[in-house]
Amino acid sequence: MSGYTTVLSELIKKAEATRPARMEKARKGEHFPALTMEQRQQWLKKYHPDYKSDGRRKLLIGPNKGMELPEEVASLIESRSRLNTKAVDLKKADYETDLLVIGAGGAGTAAALVAQELGLKVLVSTKLRHGDSNTVMAEGGIQGATQEGDSPYFHYLDVIGGGHFSNAPALAAALTNDAPLIINWLEDLGMMFDKAPSGRMKVRHGGGTCRKRMHSSGDMTGAEIMRVLRDEARNRDNDIKMLEFSPAVELILDSAGKAAGAVLYNLETKEYYVVRAKAVVVATGGFGRLHIQGFPTTNHYGATADGIVMAYRAGAKLQDLDSTQYHPTGAIFPEQNVGLLITEKVRGLGAQLLNVDGEQFCFPLEPRDVESACVIRECLDIGKGVVTPTGRFGVWLDSPMIDLLHGEGTVRKELPAKYIQFKRYDIDISRVPMLIYPTLHYQNGGIQIDEWSRTGIDGLFSAGEVAGGVHGRNRLMGNSLLDVLVFGRRAGLKAAEYAKSAKTGSPLSLKHVEDFNKEIEAAGIRSTGVSPILLPDYAPDHVKARQIV
Amino acid sequence: MAEEKKLKTLATGDKTIPPEGAKMIPIYIMGREYVVPETLTIMKAVEYAGYSYVRGCGCRGGICGACGTFYRFIGDYRLRSGLACQTVAEPNMIIMQLPFFPANRPGYDLEKMQSAPHEELRRLYPEVFKCVGCGTCTRTCPMDIDVMDYIALMKRGDLKGAAIKSFDCVMCGLCASRCPAQISQFTAAMFVRRVYGKYILPKAAHVKKRVDEVRSGKYEKMLDELMSMKQEDVKKLYVEREREPDLAEAGKWMPKDTKNL
Repeated sequence: MSGYTTVLSELIKKAEATRPARMEKARKGEHFPALTMEQRQQWLKKYHPDYKSDGRRKLLIGPNKGMELPEEVASLIESRSRLNTKAVDLKKADYETDLLVIGAGGAGTAAALVAQELGLKVLVSTKLRHGDSNTVMAEGGIQGATQEGDSPYFHYLDVIGGGHFSNAPALAAALTNDAPLIINWLEDLGMMFDKAPSGRMKVRHGGGTCRKRMHSSGDMTGAEIMRVLRDEARNRDNDIKMLEFSPAVELILDSAGKAAGAVLYNLETKEYYVVRAKAVVVATGGFGRLHIQGFPTTNHYGATADGIVMAYRAGAKLQDLDSTQYHPTGAIFPEQNVGLLITEKVRGLGAQLLNVDGEQFCFPLEPRDVESACVIRECLDIGKGVVTPTGRFGVWLDSPMIDLLHGEGTVRKELPAKYIQFKRYDIDISRVPMLIYPTLHYQNGGIQIDEWSRTGIDGLFSAGEVAGGVHGRNRLMGNSLLDVLVFGRRAGLKAAEYAKSAKTGSPLSLKHVEDFNKEIEAAGIRSTGVSPILLPDYAPDHVKARQIV
Repeated sequence: MAEEKKLKTLATGDKTIPPEGAKMIPIYIMGREYVVPETLTIMKAVEYAGYSYVRGCGCRGGICGACGTFYRFIGDYRLRSGLACQTVAEPNMIIMQLPFFPANRPGYDLEKMQSAPHEELRRLYPEVFKCVGCGTCTRTCPMDIDVMDYIALMKRGDLKGAAIKSFDCVMCGLCASRCPAQISQFTAAMFVRRVYGKYILPKAAHVKKRVDEVRSGKYEKMLDELMSMKQEDVKKLYVEREREPDLAEAGKWMPKDTKNL
């Protein structure tokens, strides 16, 4: 294959040399042994980036004062508001609505749809376009115990074991019990699931699952979910009003401290708008674009933790926000694909991880954090990583095994998007392996919520990646698409109930923002920037040095 | 020391590391010349030139459809297209991104179809049937979808075929921007896929059954039991889980312990 350099093509031969023997074992169902629970902990402590103490610091102010967070997250939270509160006229609302949903990915759209069904007028604020989110990028699938040999009981065990027993049990129970309802809801909305001719869902294993319960739609499950939900929301545009390119920059409380709206910011005209709402859902997604510890990320351009920042200033509590998921298989070659997610489905279909000598070194379907630790160990400690022409390190993901195991054409059929993304660079992944290394993938923690997506601030609900507790300190594949829909729907439901009984009319306030700014000063934090940052800054140094501000 | 060097190479964020000695090439962003290292995608080249995206940038991974782009090479009459995040910038490329394109998208109620699916398609998107068969959409599609072919399938009433053929669509709108018959192919395809998913693709009976079981509250007691257990006991259950074999047939395999199903 011309896409690989001569050096790499030579190394691929080593992987090819060991393949027949590996195939024979795989056909017999024999696996490379998985780590024991003790080994998992040891390897995580030694190799997982979350367990490194440098690059972290304690929060100095706010409801979670003392919580240790990655430097990037802590300094974002403890930056001054980007809003000049004095310049905002709260007496006149530019928009009045029953429910304000902030964020228009999977969770926000699900919340909007449910609230609309319950009779609410919904306004959705989103930073980019409707659907621009990590939801759209989720590839491999969505879990749900829909098969006869499975049940929410076993799904729960997988979720909580994968999360190293640090999950909020009530959230894990809500997630797994609602899962079949979500699959059914999506089917009713006309989602094209992968099915057998009888209509039975095709299901697969994911890392850390004991049952095959991964439902999929090719390798663009999240994109299919998002476009279906978005299409449905557009059909209801009489009640669901979408404001694109208008992110929220601060929440608004009323004089009793209840959530009562937000200040939006039009990225194009630079105007602000005041929104008064009876209830607010924060569904802004994760923090991948903060590039924690400098890692590349699989995340969407808008994943800058805006919701965390706003909710924290309003007094919401955070949890597990120091826990970051590194997806074990991010592409590192070719350079154009760096950070690109290689779905776990590739391993679910039987592809193994191999070192520079073409040898297996781990069970391919460990929970994600453990799998990442295994890859980092192999490259940094054992020293058997493959080096790319741009000096990156990684290991092989032996995708040609898939066609050998499941029949010619399986890769093209089951992984069409991945196939195209590599074919562009003359790499046929059904014939040659991919080079991968862990990449920043998911914010495990976030705003603390209960099983009904309530944050602890009256009228403020939260769902999706921005919220924490569901997955504890590690999430399994296929549970984030599920999470955004389960808790998005629950947020919509409870927000609707709340909005119907909420008293309105008390004065709007941004005092919490002013107070937070004062706290920053009092704590002696010399913050240089403002937040939320809204978009990452990728301007190169040679441009920055010459920009006239 | 080798280890230190290795660790350093990881800390790259989203900035590209051009291979050593990368050649600099001229590109023309909306006609203006910039010089960028070769091998970058159009998106990263535009950022390297100093632009900061608001529109025209989304997932940066080829699936969201935010960055549909047209380009020509100096001296070449052909108009080309691609996604900015997936297409490598080449010398003398004249680039224009299309961050938005107005599309026709009539609303509909999927629950209350007024007539047979293909009749609904004709009612909502009569323009589909005016396709002149020029094939520009197919040549334009950055996902290599045979757009004209799925439009032809729609015209023939083969909604299944059209749904499957259009499945990879990222809804960037490039096809619609070039259509002489003024068809919004990608919104018509969205309608067809949902109709196919809801009314034509067979329903999963096992999902319906499980939904009834969940609604009856069957699993709440089991979950309550797990939630109130001591962590060691949950751990034990976790470790002892029986793993369904990879190649087991869906719906046929049953675990030895069927108590908590």
